[in-house]
Amino acid sequence: MARPITITVNGDKHSLEVEPRLLLVHFIRERLRLTGTHIGCDTTHCGACTVLLDGVPVKSCTVLAVQADGRQVTTVESLAVGGLHPIQEGFKQEHGLQCGFCTPGMMMSSFALLQEKPDPTEDEIRWALSGNICRCTGYMNIVKSVRYAAQKMKAAAAVPVEAGARS
Amino acid sequence: MAIDTPPKGFIGESIKRKEDDRFIRGKGNYLDDISLPGMLHMSILRSPFAHARIRSINTKPAEAVPGVVAVVTGALLEQHKLAWMPTLSGDTQAVLATDKVRYQGQEVACVIANDPYVARDAAQLIDVDYEVLKAVVDPYQALKPGAPLIRDEKKDQKDNHIYHWEAGDKAATEAAFKKADKVVSLETFYPRCHPSPLETCGIVADINPATGQATLYMTSQAPHAHRTLFALVAGLPEEKIRIISPDLGGGFGNKVPIYPGYVVATAASLLLGHPVKWIEDRSENLISTGFARDFHMQGELAVNKDGKFLGLRVKMLSDNGAFYADAQPSKFRAGLFHIVTGSYDLPAAHVETDGAYTNKAPGGVAFRCSFRVTEASYLIERLVESAAVELKMDPAEIRLKNFIQPEQFPYKSATGFEYDSGDYPRALKLALEKIGYEQLRKEQAEKRKRGELMGIGVASFTEVVGAGHGTEYDIAGLRMFDSAELRVHPTGKAILKLGVKSQGQGHETTFAQIVAEELGIPASDVEVQEGDTDNTPYGLGTYASRSTPVGGAATAMVSRKLRDKAKKIAAHLLEASEADIEFDHGKFFVKGAPSKSKTIQDVAFAAYTNLPEGMEAGLEGVTYYDPPNMTFPFGTYVVVVDIDRGTGQVKVRRMVAVDDCGVRINPMIVEGQIHGGLTEGFGIAFMELITFDEQGNCIGSNFTDYLLPTSWETPRFETFETVTPSPHHPIGAKGVGESATVGSPAAYVNAVIDAVGHLGITNIDMPVSSDKVWTALQEKGAAE
Ligand code: FES
Ligand code: FES
Repeated sequence: MARPITITVNGDKHSLEVEPRLLLVHFIRERLRLTGTHIGCDTTHCGACTVLLDGVPVKSCTVLAVQADGRQVTTVESLAVGGLHPIQEGFKQEHGLQCGFCTPGMMMSSFALLQEKPDPTEDEIRWALSGNICRCTGYMNIVKSVRYAAQKMKAAAAVPVEAGARS
Repeated sequence: MAIDTPPKGFIGESIKRKEDDRFIRGKGNYLDDISLPGMLHMSILRSPFAHARIRSINTKPAEAVPGVVAVVTGALLEQHKLAWMPTLSGDTQAVLATDKVRYQGQEVACVIANDPYVARDAAQLIDVDYEVLKAVVDPYQALKPGAPLIRDEKKDQKDNHIYHWEAGDKAATEAAFKKADKVVSLETFYPRCHPSPLETCGIVADINPATGQATLYMTSQAPHAHRTLFALVAGLPEEKIRIISPDLGGGFGNKVPIYPGYVVATAASLLLGHPVKWIEDRSENLISTGFARDFHMQGELAVNKDGKFLGLRVKMLSDNGAFYADAQPSKFRAGLFHIVTGSYDLPAAHVETDGAYTNKAPGGVAFRCSFRVTEASYLIERLVESAAVELKMDPAEIRLKNFIQPEQFPYKSATGFEYDSGDYPRALKLALEKIGYEQLRKEQAEKRKRGELMGIGVASFTEVVGAGHGTEYDIAGLRMFDSAELRVHPTGKAILKLGVKSQGQGHETTFAQIVAEELGIPASDVEVQEGDTDNTPYGLGTYASRSTPVGGAATAMVSRKLRDKAKKIAAHLLEASEADIEFDHGKFFVKGAPSKSKTIQDVAFAAYTNLPEGMEAGLEGVTYYDPPNMTFPFGTYVVVVDIDRGTGQVKVRRMVAVDDCGVRINPMIVEGQIHGGLTEGFGIAFMELITFDEQGNCIGSNFTDYLLPTSWETPRFETFETVTPSPHHPIGAKGVGESATVGSPAAYVNAVIDAVGHLGITNIDMPVSSDKVWTALQEKGAAE
């Protein structure tokens, strides 16, 4: 019954045998032990499991691992390269998290939003995150966190290459 | 320009949270992240019926599935005297059903397998033969003669009545009502809702067969109390039980009770010699674990023509479900519902409460609330709104007229509380000013002329939080103190261990700040540890806003204990007499000569290297703090709504929240707590509902039906503060985690009633959904 699949997760190729019914979220959490992606519901509502599939945010509890065969998956664990990603920084600076359970999914949805719209309005942020439930924060600070990240990324993009390359 | 020094994290500084670093990297350690070698997985088969006799259970088809290790039924547990367990309210609860199932979703059998998918498949193969019985889902029906008896296994239980409890003075209240010009009454139902933390409940039970050591990783808001209860229930020796409550993905009261799944997984690990993991899915969480509210309330207010309140009379019936498993102090059968006199100087009050069994899930927990304060606050604030409507008075004015005045504190309430401190008029006036009340009233009058519906809702709540004192408040006999252990190492860095347990409230930061304030060690140098019973002093846990009032007080007191010793060491180092040593934020110096000083770090080093003659080495201590009284946070919330007459849709235009929680330790965290509570209050007021059909089928059993607020509909909040310190708390703090969930539902609903009251609509029960509003409008001929 098990089938061989190859999924690239955060840049690393994983070739494993999985049962066709295995959910992508379980593949990520249990087979790869990347536990930053969480599970908060069983009806595709909460978004705690949000990852990027070929750059597009999906609820990984509603995707089969076999559907991700040959594709790229990006999880929260990939955000910090060297230092924190501006989105992570934003969540910390603006107190965009409390228990932290929704946070990885929130950040992945925010990441996708900022790729598409580098300077989103409050309504655009609220709309883009409306598939991610947070039970703790009341969202105001999450909106601020995303705004913080947008500013920071804009500023970084504006830095001339020479200056940015200095290290 | 001043040189930037990193903040020390003293009280009042909004430093960034220490715990965030792991969470934003996806490196939190939540229950489901725990995986142990040889670990097995448990799945629960639940009852599809609300009330049914079990004729037989055939487990063979499940046992035959490859990968299944064991199937546990109530009959098996009975052999080990574990089929029933005590509840936190002194009742009993079935662990796995033996005789009957008493609510839909009740635990019937468990499958333990080497894979979670296999366990789940196999559970569905268990064949249970049920004889379906008539279900009772309404507590009034349940109390009628001839209603089906739910708890027929209890020897002396002849009906579905659980308790009767009263507070206040009945005769004095009757007399007050006789004198009054008018009696304002309100009948309202605070419906069943659910805390729904984003992480569900679970356990990894790991009992070592060789040593008998039981390590239980559990989603627990009260690990120490749970350890003791486990020892009592399962007969395990307490010193062999170690409960580790890892990072919790929210709690809100849902992680206070002990659930059957915990008990079965533990028993299974003991019997099988393997670690056993059980983690609920969301539907299981919603249908079976600690719900909230479900109070039917009738309130009457005796008032004079001028709007002065003379007395309050309340009758309440609580729907407790199939087992009376409320989490609350044992002397109080309806929690602290008798705080129902709220912010008002009520000379007389009487409260009568009863509880009933129904065929619904058990476990009335305090969902972001100090033991039923939410229901009480809702009732009085709605009742005051009714009084304002009936007397044609402004709702702000009638409140100002009846508030307990600042000079009346400490104030003894008619139901027996002693309020510590407050300035209610100040909070209300600030809220009115911030929202621009008078202007809004003008706007409303103009809109009303045009037939548009706009409402302004006011609620001025008072909470009672931070239980104990221990002689008055206990849970299952355990006194409600809490504890802190502080150890300062030679390099001046410290570890603080607490008996409370964060679920996202930011304890690792807030409590480090208390140490920073009291000892001068920067908060970044104080490591806060919680949740591991082997590693922290005994405490009753985090719920009912008690962490800062009790655990925070313990932290301040243990810091002061260490400071006293540090002063002696500083005197020795400065070659001065102790009486001449002064302390200011981490520096000890000789009176009048501040240049000659030693830092707390110098002193910490000396505590291990250079002590005064005869002094014990080290700088550490532990404090068990039993609060002299509860604390009484308060505030005023004002909401503006616009209602669409065509659809009944209520749009929250503005929400101004003034909170007074005494001294704020980390204002950023406090504000975050308030945002969260205002959102949960919004959800309860407009969206969240667990209800049942006549057969007892639970409606609201997943996020399709149980609606949580998302970023899209959640209002923007405007938050403000006043500060009235608690006089008996060492740092004047009162606790804030729950104020907004307690205070806001009435403000939202009052705004709706304020918009439609002139049409003769006096009440709409929560959740105030569009269809209910539209129907109410239509009945008055006011819908479009
Ligand atoms: S776990 Fe809730 S949407 Fe995937
Ligand atoms: S921070 Fe707890 S659910 Fe969002």
